[in-house]
Amino acid sequence: MDGFAARMKSYDEILNEVYAILTPYVHNDLTLDEGTELVADIGLDSLQVMQILLEVEDRFDISIPLNIIPDIRTVKDFVLQLEHLTRQS
Amino acid sequence: MSIFDKFQQLVEDRKALLGGGGGDPFNVVINQVLSSTEAMVNGRRTILAGTNNYLGLTFDSGCIGAARIALEEQGTGTTGSRMANGTFENHVALERELAEFFHVGSAIVFSTGYLANLGLLSTLAGQDDVILLDADCHASIYDGCRMSDAEIIRFRHNNVSDLEKRLRRLGDRTSRTLIVVEGIYSMLGDRAPLKDIADIRTKYQSFLVVDEAHSLGVLGENGRGLAEEAGVEEKVDLIVGTFSKSLGATGGFCVSRHPELEMLRYTSRPYIFTASPSPSVIASTRTALQIIKTHPELRHRLWSSTTRLYERLRDMGFILGPEPTPVIAALVETKERGVELWSQLLERGVYVNLVLPPAAPNGGCLLRCSVSAGHSDEQIEKICQAFSSFS
Repeated sequence: MDGFAARMKSYDEILNEVYAILTPYVHNDLTLDEGTELVADIGLDSLQVMQILLEVEDRFDISIPLNIIPDIRTVKDFVLQLEHLTRQS
Repeated sequence: MSIFDKFQQLVEDRKALLGGGGGDPFNVVINQVLSSTEAMVNGRRTILAGTNNYLGLTFDSGCIGAARIALEEQGTGTTGSRMANGTFENHVALERELAEFFHVGSAIVFSTGYLANLGLLSTLAGQDDVILLDADCHASIYDGCRMSDAEIIRFRHNNVSDLEKRLRRLGDRTSRTLIVVEGIYSMLGDRAPLKDIADIRTKYQSFLVVDEAHSLGVLGENGRGLAEEAGVEEKVDLIVGTFSKSLGATGGFCVSRHPELEMLRYTSRPYIFTASPSPSVIASTRTALQIIKTHPELRHRLWSSTTRLYERLRDMGFILGPEPTPVIAALVETKERGVELWSQLLERGVYVNLVLPPAAPNGGCLLRCSVSAGHSDEQIEKICQAFSSFS
């Protein structure tokens, strides 16, 4: 996917793509929603977080600064940051 | 709720992993050091194959003699920072010798290698700057980045196209970007593809930092590290290193052809607010640096043993890092198996490092060896034999 296409994505489109990326990491009955916490609910470890960041970076053609990771707790936090970064790129 | 609750999971994980009674790989007590490659551990004569003592200089008579004289003449410690309590002449002499060794104009000595990365990165990269670091960089690099006000972006380990892609995304910010890589990576022992990275650094007008902690004294015709070996010293802006590996002491340094490096003395908190290295440490390091320059046979010996151990372990079927360097890491599939093998190696009189995730890849762990020029052929053979029963 090229950067131009990524820049055109809406919040909902990004949200759906994030759901698709996260789904393989969900190993219980959890249903993903915007309030789902990446570590507390899905149980992601640090290596999985880094793997997901790489997948998202490739899909949206962006670089995610490590600085913003402490601000990402929920799916919604993640999508908002991606929306911001794709607009910047 | 207690402030200590956060450690409970760690306590339980440790109990589960180490409960078998095989000893704690992260708290090995060395009862007596016999030489640069041998010690008494648990009352047993043990070959040290995990000490990063690449040239075996910790027991060099010249280094010990210089340290002893400094100890007698200048005392046990400096008891303060250079800014507040003064610089010893030997600090200045070592900085001059490091600058000469690397053919650059400026050198700064730090109290440890960890502090060298903290001191450089936290100070040099500020707001509006970007640090692009290899994903496998050492914790001291990550911590230095975290202490800076820069934007921090990782690129895939040793992946030059991923680095370039990320530089392209930065647009005109590349001229304010610091690329950080290592000469030899400390866990898997692989080199950075430095020639290609240096070319990219020039193409995008960025700055390049190379941490030569594990490659100083090990790579290059004169032992200056990967930048020398790759023939790109002119394109490397800053080199960081440590005294605690091939130089056999403790301490760290940064050298650069940019005279602005000197300003770190007035701005870098990890330089200013810590005690300067002790006189004996500076004295032994100065002697060790001369040895690196004048005794290339140590490097030849190191590489001969390295090639031998790497090929033997590979032929036994171990999955190793991608290329032979003095850091040789054997991948073990699970943590539990790793602890078991590590304990058995120690029982057989061989000490190596156990590396757990996330420092080890794919949820497994590493039995990490570091080869020394001080290892005899017989010791290398004993290390091979200790591993052979696992294959």
